[in-house]
Amino acid sequence: MNDGLATVSYIGATILFVLSLGGLSNPETSRRGNLYGIIGMTVAVLATVLGPKVTAAGIPYIVGAMAVGGGIGVYAARTVQMTQMPELVALMHSLVGLAAALVGFASYFDPSSSLAGAEKAIHEVEIYVGILIGAVTFSGSLIAFGKLNGKIGGSPVLLPGRHWLNLAGLLVVIWFGREFLNAHALTDGIVPLAVMTAIALLFGVHMVMAIGGADMPVVVSMLNSYSGWAAAATGFMLNNDLLIVTGALVGSSGAILSYIMCKAMNRSFISVIAGGFGTGSGGKPAPKGEAAQPAGEVVPVTALETAELLREAKSVIIVPGYGMAVAQAQHTVFEITKLLRERGVNIRFGIHPVAGRMPGHMNVLLAEAKVPYDIVMEMDELNDDFPDTDVAMVIGANDIVNPGAQDDPSSPIAGMPVLEVWKAKTSIVMKRSMASGYAGVDNPLFYKDNNRMLFGDAKKMLDEVLAALKG
Amino acid sequence: METGVSTGTAQRIGVPREIFPGEKRVATVPEVVEKLIKLGFRVAVESGAGDLANFSDDAYRAAGAEVIEGAASLWATSDIVFKVRPPSADEVGLLREGGTLISFVWPAQNPELLQQLTARKATVLAIDSLPRTLSRAQKMDALTSQAGVAGYRAVIEAANAFGRFFNGQITAAGKVPPAKVFIAGAGVAGLAAIGTAAGLGAIVRANDTRAEVADQVVSLGGEFVKVDYEEEGSGGGGYAKVMSEGFQQAQREMYAKQAKEVDIIITTALIPGKPAPKLITAEMVRSMKPGSVIVDMAAEQGGNCELTEPGQAVVKHGVTIVGYTDLVSRLSRQSSTLYSSNLFRLTEELCKTKDGVINVNMEDDAIRGLTVTKEGNITWPPPAPKLPTVAPAAPKPAAAPAAKKGGHGHGAASEPMAGNKLAIMFGVAALLFWFVGANAPAAFLGHFTVFVLACFVGYMVVWNVTPALHTPLMSVTNAISSIIAIGALVQIAPPQGTTDWIRWLALAGIVLTTINMFGGFAVTHRMLAMFRK
Repeated sequence: MNDGLATVSYIGATILFVLSLGGLSNPETSRRGNLYGIIGMTVAVLATVLGPKVTAAGIPYIVGAMAVGGGIGVYAARTVQMTQMPELVALMHSLVGLAAALVGFASYFDPSSSLAGAEKAIHEVEIYVGILIGAVTFSGSLIAFGKLNGKIGGSPVLLPGRHWLNLAGLLVVIWFGREFLNAHALTDGIVPLAVMTAIALLFGVHMVMAIGGADMPVVVSMLNSYSGWAAAATGFMLNNDLLIVTGALVGSSGAILSYIMCKAMNRSFISVIAGGFGTGSGGKPAPKGEAAQPAGEVVPVTALETAELLREAKSVIIVPGYGMAVAQAQHTVFEITKLLRERGVNIRFGIHPVAGRMPGHMNVLLAEAKVPYDIVMEMDELNDDFPDTDVAMVIGANDIVNPGAQDDPSSPIAGMPVLEVWKAKTSIVMKRSMASGYAGVDNPLFYKDNNRMLFGDAKKMLDEVLAALKG
Repeated sequence: METGVSTGTAQRIGVPREIFPGEKRVATVPEVVEKLIKLGFRVAVESGAGDLANFSDDAYRAAGAEVIEGAASLWATSDIVFKVRPPSADEVGLLREGGTLISFVWPAQNPELLQQLTARKATVLAIDSLPRTLSRAQKMDALTSQAGVAGYRAVIEAANAFGRFFNGQITAAGKVPPAKVFIAGAGVAGLAAIGTAAGLGAIVRANDTRAEVADQVVSLGGEFVKVDYEEEGSGGGGYAKVMSEGFQQAQREMYAKQAKEVDIIITTALIPGKPAPKLITAEMVRSMKPGSVIVDMAAEQGGNCELTEPGQAVVKHGVTIVGYTDLVSRLSRQSSTLYSSNLFRLTEELCKTKDGVINVNMEDDAIRGLTVTKEGNITWPPPAPKLPTVAPAAPKPAAAPAAKKGGHGHGAASEPMAGNKLAIMFGVAALLFWFVGANAPAAFLGHFTVFVLACFVGYMVVWNVTPALHTPLMSVTNAISSIIAIGALVQIAPPQGTTDWIRWLALAGIVLTTINMFGGFAVTHRMLAMFRK
């Protein structure tokens, strides 16, 4: 295969990737979209392997490496629980980051490059930036994986003077960048490169450690974006347009997701990245309990009473949150849904954009449990319907249904769009305890007259509700 | 009393007695008289005007109104006349030259009345011509308030004629099943009827050709009965091409089925300016259970039931068919109170200065729509409502993004940005481009072009992704980003040879990215396979 054919194949692959993302605009077309992606990737890989830049000597290596990697990948994809999707995605981001860094190093050591002058300088900047982004993505994603997995605590770890630390790190990176560009011999560049990589790794760790659990959706989509930029930087480094285009596609996709997530929390991207929640004043914990203690009584109910309420309801909205994912309760939720739908109850799901730990997390879980997607609504689609709703059932969500976001300007989540469950005739909140959500904010909803609390593990409670409904 | 307020210029509002046979309403109730006086007006009421709605002359006097004997002197001394029914020819003759009349007029049905009024050089505000779509007009919407009363009363009439309880009961003497009520048409009257019947404990079903009212029906405790038609057509289209012959056939079948099942039918179907559609045939009436009741709220326009006799309650085939045309008057105290508050809200709009003088401001959309003649010139029908060119240039920035965010499409991305912010962004971008262009070699610029354009393509494509698929989006982009494998592939065995070092790095890169590649696509496939309707 000559150069021209390889280039044409790359263009084909690019188009297929664009179509692949385009296909996701609708569940109907999404499967075909994924297929386009697979074909595009196959075309790209084959064109490269058979192209002029790879000799036959490399093929055994490539086949071996791909067999190993592919085996691991498929195994992971088959066995992963849907509730663990955020972890898997984070882990995969880290792999892209690491690969980008490795390719960057390899490219630097490549003896065959014969660039000079401005072209050489640009090439080296590309390498430097590529490794930087790759390393940040790698370590950041690993930490995100740990946090999502529960191996690392979800609460933000805020070092004193962390903004200064970051700034100092940045300055050091820039300074070594200059050193790197000025290095004449190959070996002279190694030290700056190594120092920069170390700082980038530390920066990734530091950045994600400082971000609270509720902000995880932003982080995951941000890392998604980074992995794209890393690919684009690699493309610049290798003069490969396909990498550039694909990287840019992925990068902007992640950036848009981050933007949507930030919007949904009414927070600026900067403040999320700066870490903590409701901070900005350096390391002070969220003002827990400082806001006016909500007045009123918490009214607990039993699963039996919940079933009673559901049985009498004509319209029900279920608001799932991370708690449902943790308790693996989505299948029981579906059973209840099915039962109520058979009885003619208008039952729908209200999904907050940041419910769960990654964008669209709840949709995937409900889809797994076979909930038809046409009764799964976005927040904006049904927020006006709560006044006409008999029962709003909140399963393991907290901050996204906090009326304080609307009523209490002093609340740390003030201004965040929330699902207005308290406007329903009755709201039922399923929760393990009275503990506050990730934002560390007390929820006045629990004290409203028309609110009932169903304490306990979501799965267990819902099983009891289901049994009561059937009985 | 604040009668001292500018009695010199204050206009006088006159409220005559309604003379239409059977009309028991009155246009202004004592409570509203007080409020009108607070706006600076003087109010005169014809003696006996409120009698049929249980408002005595004394009550009006106590509220500050002057009670005047005889219609002629009332009309002669009033600058503004508040009425319920359209004025008769005689009444028009009584209207003072150049006076103002606020009342139901129905200009489309009464063109000659309009001519008579212009002859008197009158300014006439037809409360029925209110542009109902304006949200600020709702408080003046007398059609809605009166229809609500009628809907309530229709259920009460039905209950009166029906020989059983509405609610189901279990008594010591045995079980009583709840009454089943079917309501055809879920407009304001229909919805009020649904709420009332459900409140009495009946099982309520309702139908309307507008599918979007289903939620409202359900919210009031009714059950929405669909016309079983959409299934057979295209499947996706639904009601789009409504009222086809097939639809009407399906609708008739549905009504026939309901007629056999329910105890009470209340029909409210009206088509503006046309005779009411005949929904309930004689055949359907025959199929109903003996003792059933039909209340035909469209009786005045000919009725929705073939056997309706307007103005009367008749029994045919054992079914009581109530065709009263004065349902609203049968609740005259309530309907008068609501109607007069509608008029008061309108007066407030007309007299923003609160000095007892009205100003018919034709620039105001609501008032423009209401005004059918102005100083003797016919101003009906009004021009199509202006597009909101006026003040609200910044249409609630907070609400707009929230509303758009859910939508799929480019709209979500392109909320208009403040001008200066945009200018700064363009400035920065220009500077950046200049810097790149001035320093970078040509080869780089080629890639840079591709990069920037790809960012835009990505931006456009991704905004179209439905939020429900954000997780698959992430996993598929993740899989695609393993395109980085190509970087490793070209390093593993290039034609010009390489070192072992690089080969091992590249090999590791390939393994890592293929995990991603295969894993990402596989897991996306798994997820997408789960999304189903």
